[in-house]
Amino acid sequence: MTERPPTVVVNDLHVTYRVKVPGRGRRTTREVPALRGVDLVAREGESIGVVGRNGSGKSTLLRSIAGLQTPTRGRVFADGHPSLLSVNAALIGDLPGARNIVLGGLALGLTPRQVAAKYDEIAEFAGLGDFLQHPMRTYSSGMQARLRFAIATAVPQRVLLVDEALATGDAEFRERGEERIAALRAQAGTVFLVSHTLAEIERSCDRCVWIEGGRVRLDGPASTVLGAYREVTKSGRLGRLGRPGRGRAQGGGSA
Amino acid sequence: MNDPVGLAGTGHPEAGPRGTVPAASVPPDLPGLAARYGLAPVGARPPLGAYLRELWRRRHFATALARSRFVANSTGDRLGMAWNVLRPLTQAAVYGLVFGILFGADRPADWVAFVTCGVFVFGFTSQALTAGARAVTGNGGLVRALRFPRAVLPVSVALQELYAMLPAIGVLAVIVLATGEPVSWTWLLVLPALALQALFNLGGGLLLARLTADVSDVTQLLPFGLRTLFYLSGVFYELDRFPDPYRQIMELNPAHAFIAMIRGAFLEGRAPGLSPWLVAGAWTAVLLVAGLIVFWRAEERYGRD
Repeated sequence: MTERPPTVVVNDLHVTYRVKVPGRGRRTTREVPALRGVDLVAREGESIGVVGRNGSGKSTLLRSIAGLQTPTRGRVFADGHPSLLSVNAALIGDLPGARNIVLGGLALGLTPRQVAAKYDEIAEFAGLGDFLQHPMRTYSSGMQARLRFAIATAVPQRVLLVDEALATGDAEFRERGEERIAALRAQAGTVFLVSHTLAEIERSCDRCVWIEGGRVRLDGPASTVLGAYREVTKSGRLGRLGRPGRGRAQGGGSA
Repeated sequence: MNDPVGLAGTGHPEAGPRGTVPAASVPPDLPGLAARYGLAPVGARPPLGAYLRELWRRRHFATALARSRFVANSTGDRLGMAWNVLRPLTQAAVYGLVFGILFGADRPADWVAFVTCGVFVFGFTSQALTAGARAVTGNGGLVRALRFPRAVLPVSVALQELYAMLPAIGVLAVIVLATGEPVSWTWLLVLPALALQALFNLGGGLLLARLTADVSDVTQLLPFGLRTLFYLSGVFYELDRFPDPYRQIMELNPAHAFIAMIRGAFLEGRAPGLSPWLVAGAWTAVLLVAGLIVFWRAEERYGRD
């Protein structure tokens, strides 16, 4: 029996944020568990949708797989250096998009020559025209997403993590983004896609993971998981935000 | 069974009837599975040697970032790049005037050049340490988005401040010349002195960047520390004023050593003695090694909570 080789192995992953809460008199530090024991294996050629309500731990999971978040407990193993595309990182806002392309490429480990060779392709994919000369902080969130997507996928990685990065883009950009995702999968890469647009996951993913209260609630074929997820969200059985699952916002202690 | 993958299938469609598999049924030995397929732990801090090699590989990133920032910073204000020179220049004028009057005839003979050298050289380290402290915390966008050895950021800050110092040194040379100092071969010593000071700044910047990442209050305290150092470094007085044990102790101050090196190079009659070079060299070596190690040890924590 053959099974495709794994590209990402998530083992008993716990991530707890320490949040300083200003209070009357003294400041307290609360521990907020974002992930509470996630096990996951992703394999070559898989495209995995990740769903769950706000604050369920989806983004933390992706940041952990990218190696940008240190686990409180457990470990993540991956093939190569997974690249993360998220909506909320602006690279260097003071500098023009064009400089961000060069710096982003160099930061990812390209040589100046490689960056020069890839520059046109990245600029073309971002499709920002004259805006490339404007400081990146003046971009709309969709424009920022385009540029970051173009930079991050310029260095092909085996594992691509997309955290709502396509959501702010227009139809044309989404289509091109989905094309890149498909191309990566064809080369035996693995894609994780966090999205609240379930149709997008339906289109691009064969498998889906449902995260709830920092744990995997369901993991299986996209159609099955999405079906169950839709049913529960519709019936409102998830309860109020901020009190999800088993005590996500509990903890306490003072600092 | 020789099925290393441990199928228990994470619910892949091909995994068969167990289409919807709860997370509990992932393979039992996940670390073993990862090891069999050569998957490495992500985000783990590499050994120091490998880390330094990675850092060297990103040298183009460090220089490009320093250059871009230098240019961007200089285009914000109307006078732009000129502020890199005007800032220390106005400072030198103020201190020169105030302490010139205060000291009266007691001041050194080459007063204008003396104070200007002191202010410019001290300003180099002061600016670099202030910026270095924020090297990581001020680059959240980059740190959250891309994976690279974080030490690139303090390195790039140290370079950026060196770029800003070069035109200032040119202006300093002109001022020194205008006060009647002759051009001498010792002027060449300015370059190695600046290079050494830049490395010193890097070491200090690495330490402060780590400290700031751990305890953000450091950025509040730093200005007071630098101000104190400023008054202790002989920017506008000579250490000869102090009796013996104190003078020797004050000569161990690296900031004074760097100032003495530049004065020794630029000003006639102040021989470029060896001892400030030894003091500065020793401080630089210690700070650089300590800074690299201390910074590297927290590599996994930068930009995270």
